Amino acid sequence: MKSFEEISELLKNNFSDIQFEFHPEAKFEPYILVPANKIDTVCLFLRDNNDLYFDSLINLSAVDDFNGNKIKDPQGNEIMQGGTMSIYYHLESIKFRHKLLVKVIVDRDNPSVNSVTSIWNCANWHEREAFDLFGINFNNHPDLRRILMPYDWEFGHPLKKDYQNPEFYQGMRVPY
Amino acid sequence: MGLLDKEFSDNNILITTTENLFNWARLSSLWQVGFGLACCAIEMMATSASHYDFDRFGVIPRPSPRQSDVIIVSGTVTLKMALRVKRLYEQMPDPKYVISMGSCSNCGGPYWEHGYHVLKGVDRVIPVDVYVPGCPPRPEALLEGLLKLQEKIRYESITKKNNEIV
Repeated sequence: MKSFEEISELLKNNFSDIQFEFHPEAKFEPYILVPANKIDTVCLFLRDNNDLYFDSLINLSAVDDFNGNKIKDPQGNEIMQGGTMSIYYHLESIKFRHKLLVKVIVDRDNPSVNSVTSIWNCANWHEREAFDLFGINFNNHPDLRRILMPYDWEFGHPLKKDYQNPEFYQGMRVPY
Repeated sequence: MGLLDKEFSDNNILITTTENLFNWARLSSLWQVGFGLACCAIEMMATSASHYDFDRFGVIPRPSPRQSDVIIVSGTVTLKMALRVKRLYEQMPDPKYVISMGSCSNCGGPYWEHGYHVLKGVDRVIPVDVYVPGCPPRPEALLEGLLKLQEKIRYESITKKNNEIV
C-alpha cells in the first residue's frame, strides 16, 4: 500500500518533463493535477507500474467549473464564454488496496482530452456519459456516441450550467 | 350482472349477449407485454410471481406486443424510450389497453422539474386507461389498477357510447 506522498514521488521521478500539481491538503480528497495532453501516458504508467498497479478505474466524471465570462446570447439567455471544465479519474489498486484521485482541466469552449478506454475498458461508457452530458471530446475513443440522451438530440449537453431545455423533441413536449 | 346469472339450472347452456360474452372473455385473459422500465418493473415482476399471482386474473407476460392486450408502462419513460414505447403500443393489435404504473410514467415523478431526459407522463405519447399512483406502487395497488381496467372493459359497448363505470 502506497501513501499519496509515495505515489507523488514515483510520478515526479518517472516523468521529469511533465508539470504535475500535487494537492495533498485538498478539501475532501488529495488529488494530482495532470496536464490534459499527458493523461493517457500517465494513466498507462499508473496501471503498469509494479509498485502502483492501479488496475481499476472506479469512476470517471466531469464538472462544469463555470468560471468564464457571462455574456448574453441573441435570445437574451445568459451563456458562458471561456473558462474550464474538470475531469476526475478515481483509481484503485485492488492488489495493493490504495486509491488515487487524478484531475485534468480542459478548455470549456473546446473540451478535448485523450481517451483512457484502451487502458481501462470500463472507461468506455464513462467517457460516453461525459461526452453526452458535458460535450467533452475523448480523442481515440472507439465509439463516442450519446448514451443517456437520444442519439439525434441536437439541443446541447444537459449538465452544462448554461444549458436550455428545448420546448419540444420529436413532437413531444419536454417541460412539465 | 355477471355472465352466469342467466344460467339454466339443469342444462349446460348459458344465455347472454355477445357484448357481455366478448367483454367477459377480454377481461379474463389480459395478456401483458413482457416489458418493464425501472424499479416499478420489479414490483410488477413481484406481482407476477407466486405470492401475488397475477395469473389468477389471467394476466401473463407475452414476449411479443403482437400477441398482447395490455401494456403496463412500469417506470421512468425517458425521451429516448418514449419513441420505443409508442412503437410497441402501435404494434399491439386492437383492442388494446394501457396501464400507467407509478409516478414517473403518470407525470414525470421526481424528475418533473429537472429531468431533462424524462417524458413528463406517458400519456403524452399513448392514451392511458388506468393510472396507478405510487413510487413504486405496491403489488396490491397494481392489482387494484388491473381490477379497475377489468371494470372498464366489463362495461364496454360496441353499440352504446355510454360505458360508465359503476
